[in-house]
Amino acid sequence: MTASSAETRTVKTPDELKAWAADVAKKNKEDAPVVIRVSMGTCGIAAGTTPILEALKEQIKLQGKEGTVKITQTGCMGLCHSEPSVEVVDVEKGTSTFYGSLTAEQAPALIQAGTDLAPGVKVVDKIWYFPEEEENTNGAIQARVVLRNSGRIRPELIEDYIGTGGYSGLAKALTEMSSQDVIDTVTESGLRGRGGGGFPTGRKWAFAAAQNNEQKYVICNADEGDPGAFMDRAVLEGDPHAVLEAMAVAGYAVGANQGVIYIRAEYPLAIERLQIAIAQARECGFLGTNIFGSGFNFDIDIKYGAGAFVCGEETALIHSIEGKRGEPIFKPPFPAIEGLWKKPTIVNNVETYANVCAIMRKGAAWFKSIGTEKCPGTKVFALAGKIKNVGLVEVPMGTQLRDIIYKIGDGIKDGKAFKAVQTGGPSGGCITAAHLDSPIDYESLRALGSMMGSGGMIVMDEDDCMVNVAKYFLEFTLDESCGRCTPCRIGNKRLFEMLSDICHGKGTMETLIKLRTLSETIKDTALCGLGQTSPNPVLSTLREFRREYLEHVLNKTCSAGVCSSLIKFEINDKCVGCTMCARNCPANCITGEKKGKHVIDQNACIKCGVCYETCKFHAIDKK
Amino acid sequence: MGKSCSCIGCDGVLEAHPDAKKELEAYIDSLPIGDDIDANRGYLIQSLHKAQDVFGYLPESVQLFVANKLKIHLSEVYGVISFYSYFTDVPVGKYKINVCTGTACFVRGSMKILDELSRHLGIKEGETTEDKRFSLGGLRCVGACSLAPVVMVNDKVYGNVTPQMVQEILNDCE
Ligand SMILES: Cc1cc2nc3c(=O)[nH]c(=O)nc-3n(C[C@H](O)[C@H](O)[C@H](O)COP(=O)(O)O)c2cc1C
Ligand code: FES
Repeated sequence: MTASSAETRTVKTPDELKAWAADVAKKNKEDAPVVIRVSMGTCGIAAGTTPILEALKEQIKLQGKEGTVKITQTGCMGLCHSEPSVEVVDVEKGTSTFYGSLTAEQAPALIQAGTDLAPGVKVVDKIWYFPEEEENTNGAIQARVVLRNSGRIRPELIEDYIGTGGYSGLAKALTEMSSQDVIDTVTESGLRGRGGGGFPTGRKWAFAAAQNNEQKYVICNADEGDPGAFMDRAVLEGDPHAVLEAMAVAGYAVGANQGVIYIRAEYPLAIERLQIAIAQARECGFLGTNIFGSGFNFDIDIKYGAGAFVCGEETALIHSIEGKRGEPIFKPPFPAIEGLWKKPTIVNNVETYANVCAIMRKGAAWFKSIGTEKCPGTKVFALAGKIKNVGLVEVPMGTQLRDIIYKIGDGIKDGKAFKAVQTGGPSGGCITAAHLDSPIDYESLRALGSMMGSGGMIVMDEDDCMVNVAKYFLEFTLDESCGRCTPCRIGNKRLFEMLSDICHGKGTMETLIKLRTLSETIKDTALCGLGQTSPNPVLSTLREFRREYLEHVLNKTCSAGVCSSLIKFEINDKCVGCTMCARNCPANCITGEKKGKHVIDQNACIKCGVCYETCKFHAIDKK
Repeated sequence: MGKSCSCIGCDGVLEAHPDAKKELEAYIDSLPIGDDIDANRGYLIQSLHKAQDVFGYLPESVQLFVANKLKIHLSEVYGVISFYSYFTDVPVGKYKINVCTGTACFVRGSMKILDELSRHLGIKEGETTEDKRFSLGGLRCVGACSLAPVVMVNDKVYGNVTPQMVQEILNDCE
């Protein structure tokens, strides 16, 4: 997919845009009766999509189907559990089939089948992906608003975006609405920030719009720091123009002429696609001067992060764009009053922007019809961990956790028991089985001691030690604390040490009391959101899994079998001497004769658990 | 790095790589650098990205070069480098082995993989072997959570890694 094959036009009026969209639709109908969409996001590529793409192309040639089967490379479809995956579309009927876990050997059958069901290839369950026409209907658990184009359009071709109604929201805003109308629409829609805080987007825009200043800025926060969340990346890789369009709408609403996308350097593919998209949008006149002949000028720059979680916090992010150390400062003043280069600035998350275009096109009332009264719309979650179906899911706000985990995720891997689901990343908490029926929205999650965060959702099973999980998140915050305020810099270090002690069997009841007191102190006194929320994983596990803490402290045991100082592997009498464990032991500390009982040298054992996992005879005890 | 004296920025790296220097210089010259120091500072991070791209790391001489070009003080440049984990002022190994320590990988056992790599290479996370062949590091979510635990060697992704696979991964680097 090269930029040279991209068709661009200069668009000056909404009518020209409509005409272009109609031409694209016509062309798509006439092009080829079968379209195969190959999911080429970072994850798909990592799972090995590239050789499959080549095999499919080769088969089209071999079977002489150049005129009837067209291949398009799209962004992420969210079907991580079944990568590499493709969607085969019957253009005339408008129906499609999703195939997953493909191998290059299946390419001939797939091309042969056309729109019929290809034999012997795994079909992905519909719960994961609805053909466009069945979408957002009753009975569907998932709803696609943010991910509506991701996996469907070719992100490097602006015409595909135009074909889905792209830039018509901007056209409408600029030619039919005043800035105030735009703000009113967004306010009325009830859209709340998807970056974690849930602040009403319309209200934020109104603050900035009310500032009397020649120069204002619109920033897109694409720092996506939660380790385990990747929905922003999916949008940027799969539908980059949606973000550009929404930023221009925001610019018009608040009176800003310059946008900045702050993106983490770890997302090279997303950066490349954004750069292509910006160049195309400029060429077509959707960015630049006098957009849609309205006299409104707007352009967008990309700035890169450099690996600092705290830079996702808006004031730190602004410092980073200014080329400084990304340290947060005390708010107020809020960025809407005094932000980038001390000018009024709005900072919004990628997913928030992706919603804005849909709202502009379909209206506030439509948006409010999805989700709950207080939280309209959808939320995208990155479902991962000990779940059968890992992937990106988008559900209406208010959906129950249980539906996500058991209906969409298909339950826990390997028949194990569910223990907890962690949301909100390092700022969030763990939710237990008792609360699986809670609806998902900002308030409910907070009431459970967790938070929405950016949408990471990590499922844990009986083999996860919650003390160790709390320690993991603390280690993360410790790593990422900018060091500016004492509670976060030193307090978190002490918390981490206490948790380490507990995991090593050195904790006492007093440690538990101190752990809680210090956690609460840090929460109350830290400077920015990072520090204020960093004790959440500790407090939430202390509350929900107190028994596990007590077991570590009083009995010096770890029933999940994770804390290596507290466990021991031993071979029992079921050992038949198959030598499997000895051969796989990375520390070479298992000895024994063939067909005779083996022994583990406890001094050399590194407690990696490989023997435990490889033994087919249940001959290894974990104590 | 064969530094023979203690003065600032004479580690010789810049002179030893004239092509890299030229590339960096051309990049910085293409930016709208002027006399407004605050505005110049806005280009610092991207200049450092470029510099690390072409030199592999950011030795003092390169830092000084960037500082002079943007008309800002070396201490500020160093302040930024030390803040952001992406930047490094020590050379890294030929094979950069990064274990994903994102949450999904963590719950699927990435710490064991990290321990195992560390044991094999005889270095800790964040270190480089003496022969400069391997660097070992952690990485936060590469977005391939379905393949957890994930190890990246330079640009190559290994998924569903087990402690037993560690030796194979290292063999692949030969
Ligand atoms: C420590 C910390 C990290 C954050 N990281 C992110 C992030 O990675 N992405 C994001 O969009 N917002 C992040 N935020 C929230 C931002 O500060 C800000 O509220 C958000 O970008 C506003 O956009 P929204 O209203 O559209 O959600 C973070 C906040 C804190 C305190
Ligand atoms: S947590 Fe490792 S790839 Fe996402």
